[in-house]
Amino acid sequence: MEILGIYHYWVFAILLMIGFYAVIAKLNLIKKLIGLSLLQAAVFLLYISMGNVEGASAPIFGYGAETFSNPLPQVLILTAIVVGISTMALGLGLVVRIKEEYGSIEEDEIQEMDHR
Amino acid sequence: MTVIFGIFLLTLLLITAVAIVRTKNLFVAVMLMGIASLLIAANFFLLDAADVALTEAAVGAGISTVLFLGALSLTSEREHSATSRKALSMVVVTAAALVVIYATFDKPAFGSPDAPTQTYVAPWYLDKTREFIDIPNVVTAVLGSFRGYDTLGEVLVVFTAGIGVLFLLAGGQQGGRSKSNVGLSQHLIPRVVGRLLIPFILLFGLYVQFHGEYGPGGGFQAGAIIAAAIILYALLEGEEKALKVIPQRVLLGLTAGGAMLYGAVGIAGMLLGGNFLDYSVLSDDPVKGQQLGILLIEAGVGITVTGVLLSIFHAFAARGR
Repeated sequence: MEILGIYHYWVFAILLMIGFYAVIAKLNLIKKLIGLSLLQAAVFLLYISMGNVEGASAPIFGYGAETFSNPLPQVLILTAIVVGISTMALGLGLVVRIKEEYGSIEEDEIQEMDHR
Repeated sequence: MTVIFGIFLLTLLLITAVAIVRTKNLFVAVMLMGIASLLIAANFFLLDAADVALTEAAVGAGISTVLFLGALSLTSEREHSATSRKALSMVVVTAAALVVIYATFDKPAFGSPDAPTQTYVAPWYLDKTREFIDIPNVVTAVLGSFRGYDTLGEVLVVFTAGIGVLFLLAGGQQGGRSKSNVGLSQHLIPRVVGRLLIPFILLFGLYVQFHGEYGPGGGFQAGAIIAAAIILYALLEGEEKALKVIPQRVLLGLTAGGAMLYGAVGIAGMLLGGNFLDYSVLSDDPVKGQQLGILLIEAGVGITVTGVLLSIFHAFAARGR
C-alpha cells in the first residue's frame, strides 16, 4: 500500500509537469489547451488520492461499510471537472476565433503577424 | 491486487500523457486524451470516488473529445511549428517535478486514517449527514446542502462559460446553411447501434439524476450523460435533426432555467423564514425539507449542465457549416 501511495503522488508530479511542459514549450494553441487539461487532471488525481482512506469504501451509507473515504475532495473535484470542461470550451472558442482572424493557430506565426 | 492494478493504470496514464505531448497529429492527441480520461476515471473508482469517476468518464472521455474534435475541424489537424525553447522548458519542468517529488516525502502516508485531511472536518460531515439530511450519498449531501452556496457558484460559472462560447461563436458567419449536415446517416452500422443505445443512455442519465441521493450520481453527471446522448444523436442523424428535437431557444431556456431554479429554491427558503439555501424550512419535517431541497437543486444543476454542454456543441457544429 505504501508503494502505491508514494507512486500516486509521483504520478501527480510527473503528469502535472508533462501538462506544464506542453503549455510552455508547444506553440500550437490547441496543444497548449490539451496540456492545460492534463495539468488539471493531475490536480484532480492529487485531491482524490489525498481523500482516500485505506480499507474504507466510497462515502455512501447503507452498503454495510463502516469506514468511508473523505467526501470533501470528491465534492470539490466533481464540480471542478464540469467547470473545467466549460472553461475549456471557452478556450477552444477563443482558438477558433483566432484561427478565423489570423488564419493560424501557431503562436509564433500569430506574433509575427501582430508585429508586422 | 488493487495495488498492482492501480500502479498499472497510473503507468499507462503516464505513457499516454507523454504520447499526447509528443505527437504532432492533433487528432491522435485528442483521441489519446479520451483514453487518458478513461484511465483517470478508472483510477478514481479504485480510490473510492465513484461520483467523480462517473463524472470524469462522461465529461472527459465523452464530451471533451467531441468538443476538441469540433475545434479541430474548424482549425487544423496538424501541429506545424517546432517546439520552442525545448532545453529551457525541459530544465524548468524537471526542476519543478523534482521539487514536487521531494515534497511528497513529507506527505502523510497514503490512505492513512490519521492524516490531517481525514481528521479535521470530514468526520463532522459524515456524522451530520445522517442527522440532518439522512440520505445515503454523503457527496450529494455536501454538494447540495452543506456547501450549497459553492455549488450555486459552480453552476453560475458553467452558465457563464456557456454564454461566453455563444458570444464567441454563435452569429457571425451565417449563410453557409445550404450545405446540409447529414451526419453518419448513410452508414448503417453506427446508425443501428446508435439508435439502440440512445434510449438507454437517456434512461441511465435520468437514473443518475434522480438516484443521486442513494448512489453515485447527481445533476452534474446526469447533465453530462444526457448531453452525450443527444450529441450522439446529432452525430448520427445530422445536427439539423438534433436541433429539431431540442431547438436553440429551448436550450437557452434550459441553460438559464436550471440556474434560476437553483436560485429560486434558495429564495423560497428565505420567504419561508429560513436562510438563503436553507432547505429545512421547505417542509414541516426539516429532514424531509433538506431532501426535497437537494432533489430540486440537483434538477436545476442537471438542466443547466445539459443546456450549456449542448449549446456549446451546437455553437461549434454550426460554425463549421
